[in-house]
Amino acid sequence: MRVHAKRALALVTGLLLPAVVMADWTMNMTPGVTGTSNQIFSLHMTILWICVAIGVVVFGVMFWSIFAHRKSQGYKAANFHENTLVEVLWTAIPFAILVAMAVPATATLIEMYDTTESEVDIKITGYQWRWQYEYINDDFGYFSSLSTPRDQIENRQAKGENYLLEVDKPLVIPVGKKVRFLLTANDVIHSWWVPEFGVKKDAIPGFINETWTRVDEPGIYRGQCTELCGKDHGFMPVVVEAVPEEEYAAWVAEQKEAAEAERQLTQKDWTLDELIERGEKAYASACASCHQPNGAGMPPAFPALKGSPIATGDMAAHIDIVVNGVSGTAMQAFGGQLSEVDLAAVITYERNAWGNNTGEMVTPKEIFDFKNKE
Amino acid sequence: MSAVADTHNQEHHHGPAKGISRWLLTTNHKDIGSMYLIFSFAMFLLGGSMAMVIRAELFQPGLQIVQPEFFNQMTTMHGLIMVFGAVMPAFVGLANWMLPLMIGAPDMALPRMNNWSFWLLPCAFLILVSTLFMEGGAPNFGWTFYAPLSTTYGPPSTTFFIFAIHIMGVSSIMGAINVIATILNLRAPGMTLMKMPLFVWTWLITAFLLIAVMPVLAGAVTMMLMDINFGTSFFDASGGGDPVLFQHVFWFFGHPEVYIMILPAFGAISHIVPAFSRKPLFGYPSMVYATGAIALLSFLVWAHHMFTVGIPLAGQLFFMYATLLIAVPTGVKVFNWVTTMFRGSLSFEAPMLFAVAFIILFSIGGFSGLMLAIAPADFQYHDTYFVVAHFHYVLVPGAIFGIFASAYFWLPKWTGNMYDETLAKTHFWLSFVGMNLAFFPMHFLGLAGMPRRIPDYALQFADFNMVSSIGAFMFGVTQLLFLFIVVKCARGGEKAPAKPWDGAEGLEWTVPSPAPYHTFTTPPEVK
Repeated sequence: MRVHAKRALALVTGLLLPAVVMADWTMNMTPGVTGTSNQIFSLHMTILWICVAIGVVVFGVMFWSIFAHRKSQGYKAANFHENTLVEVLWTAIPFAILVAMAVPATATLIEMYDTTESEVDIKITGYQWRWQYEYINDDFGYFSSLSTPRDQIENRQAKGENYLLEVDKPLVIPVGKKVRFLLTANDVIHSWWVPEFGVKKDAIPGFINETWTRVDEPGIYRGQCTELCGKDHGFMPVVVEAVPEEEYAAWVAEQKEAAEAERQLTQKDWTLDELIERGEKAYASACASCHQPNGAGMPPAFPALKGSPIATGDMAAHIDIVVNGVSGTAMQAFGGQLSEVDLAAVITYERNAWGNNTGEMVTPKEIFDFKNKE
Repeated sequence: MSAVADTHNQEHHHGPAKGISRWLLTTNHKDIGSMYLIFSFAMFLLGGSMAMVIRAELFQPGLQIVQPEFFNQMTTMHGLIMVFGAVMPAFVGLANWMLPLMIGAPDMALPRMNNWSFWLLPCAFLILVSTLFMEGGAPNFGWTFYAPLSTTYGPPSTTFFIFAIHIMGVSSIMGAINVIATILNLRAPGMTLMKMPLFVWTWLITAFLLIAVMPVLAGAVTMMLMDINFGTSFFDASGGGDPVLFQHVFWFFGHPEVYIMILPAFGAISHIVPAFSRKPLFGYPSMVYATGAIALLSFLVWAHHMFTVGIPLAGQLFFMYATLLIAVPTGVKVFNWVTTMFRGSLSFEAPMLFAVAFIILFSIGGFSGLMLAIAPADFQYHDTYFVVAHFHYVLVPGAIFGIFASAYFWLPKWTGNMYDETLAKTHFWLSFVGMNLAFFPMHFLGLAGMPRRIPDYALQFADFNMVSSIGAFMFGVTQLLFLFIVVKCARGGEKAPAKPWDGAEGLEWTVPSPAPYHTFTTPPEVK
């Protein structure tokens, strides 16, 4: 009796599934905003309804037996235990259903794999624990990191609307154009996912994976890293801003200009205080998740910088470890990730923060020379 | 009872030894079976308490109880302990107890190896659990331990984890050899292969799967060991290695592994459903063939766990089609069980309740598996809570309910006493409600976009996570009731007859309850 009530409830819930869409009780997949995501959604709904239909028939027979064929009601058991025709039928019919299902799935898959004729190419690199976006046709790029304040995560502050799904600099793409993404990773495997695009692809060190999207509605779309990539796996969101074409062109021009200005900064004469100020920001975005904002680290995986021989001793060794990393450990090579200015700033900051008061500084030019000497 | 050893006429007494040496040195399949079952239940509670930590942290958004590093250790250890410590040893325990009784054998074919394969397990898990207390913490890279997160970026304890996996593998392989040797050599006269009980059949096939894939797992962890300690670059791209190779090797083990965890349950359910339907199993030969087909197909579908890694289109299509095919033999099994119930004379004691819930809920897990097999849709489902919901639906009401059903079904045979039916039914209903409350909302979370293995989540996922945690706590606490029921049953209760279930069939019901220490010293005749 109770089994039936439970089952009926589950069935009703199942039937209501596509209809019930509430803000906080979202039950179903989003149809999304791209052709791909819509096709995926319709595949998803088709297979879901096929499953519901099979479930109704199979469990229907079962519940009929549970109700009608009970020993407590004096029902006498039949003794049949074989029927070849039935066996053949329930092998053949599911097979036919599967073939019918495989056809549209194959068509969608072929389309998803067609990355040709793209109009914009963006290289996406996964890092522990942020994304780098490089506009390879336009020669600029930047990192995109979580912008939710630590205080919200640690419950000292009310959580914002886009808690954990917000970044400092989103990926910007033009609407109506085929955008190709080239995915790779710098350290461990990550996975780049935007549900509303129907795009998910692993970013794997040593590999370049391709995928694409074409977004027609301007808007902000949010996703997350979906492959376990270490402690802050839950804290590396993906935010994509799709903008009209003119706006995109203006934005690209602005970015190129900013990139040029950044390169000029290498030549500037920096003071210790300027470097420390800039270094604090660069440290917070590139280093703090492992070595911690207070420089105490998390030994043994992530050593402390506060009072460490590296950050207070030989300058050349310090530069080397930051630029080239330490192979076989979690310490990455930041030479390619940060500009000369940021490398100089971070190193200077580390040598002067948290009581490491060495008073020493390194200039962007010296970093530039160090890199070219190698 | 001619089946019972007549110990009085022999020169020395053949009962169990006394004290600790009985358990350390035993070669008796019943003792070893009991030790496996007790060990697996202890691991079930340990792995379960880690799940409670996970669900407590996920009760609300924000970080409250544990830090992300520890959260990752909990998800990893929960998975490893449940797979290798709880589910697999429980089925080996059932095999040890029941296979000799079902085929009319006096014991397992290789009793000393049997003892050795059991005692390796506590050692392996001692090593694995000790990593929690090591500097840098326990493994934190998920039970799938993808490289390079588990190699270059793994904690120092990873080497201990690898050693533990090796020992578990040795134990499993020896267990599997023993099962095969026993089934192929020690069947009672007249018991041809196609007369074997289904639990024997499914375990025979499972044992072959174990022998085929545990060495592959050993290979994967050995390559990790070399990468970590001896400077090789199997999985390190910067040294010319291939991180995706790890996933191919792992899932070549991993997919058959999931059938290793479910096929013995299929077998047990195929005994319980006919017993409480008082009607023979429908389509015995097709059940055997379907099990074989599932086992064979399990070697051809591994890359469906890897649809997003960028395998070529042709590979993607092959693995999608092969995966869809698995639904056919699995469907045949479900249809056969339902037809067995159809026009039977049903009663619903605890084993049957768990068996019926098994059929329904495992089918739901099968349905979500079918959805996951559709490669384009998998791009949306992959590594979200939809996957977590899917595999918990096949493992909890699948493997675990299968084990509970078996335990209640055979407890009278093991202990000689009937368990408390009211308490057992309470255990069932609380588990049933708790389990569905815990895992059904995970489907919704995954479809709404929540990735798996995250310690904190966006606000739109808050409500279902809270429901899921409440369900998980309910399910977790309920399992202490099971412990109470079993202890109570072992200590006393209504005496069980040789065959406590009027519809049950098989040689195990021809020996008295509790089954004597030595059974079938003279093989029975099977007609």
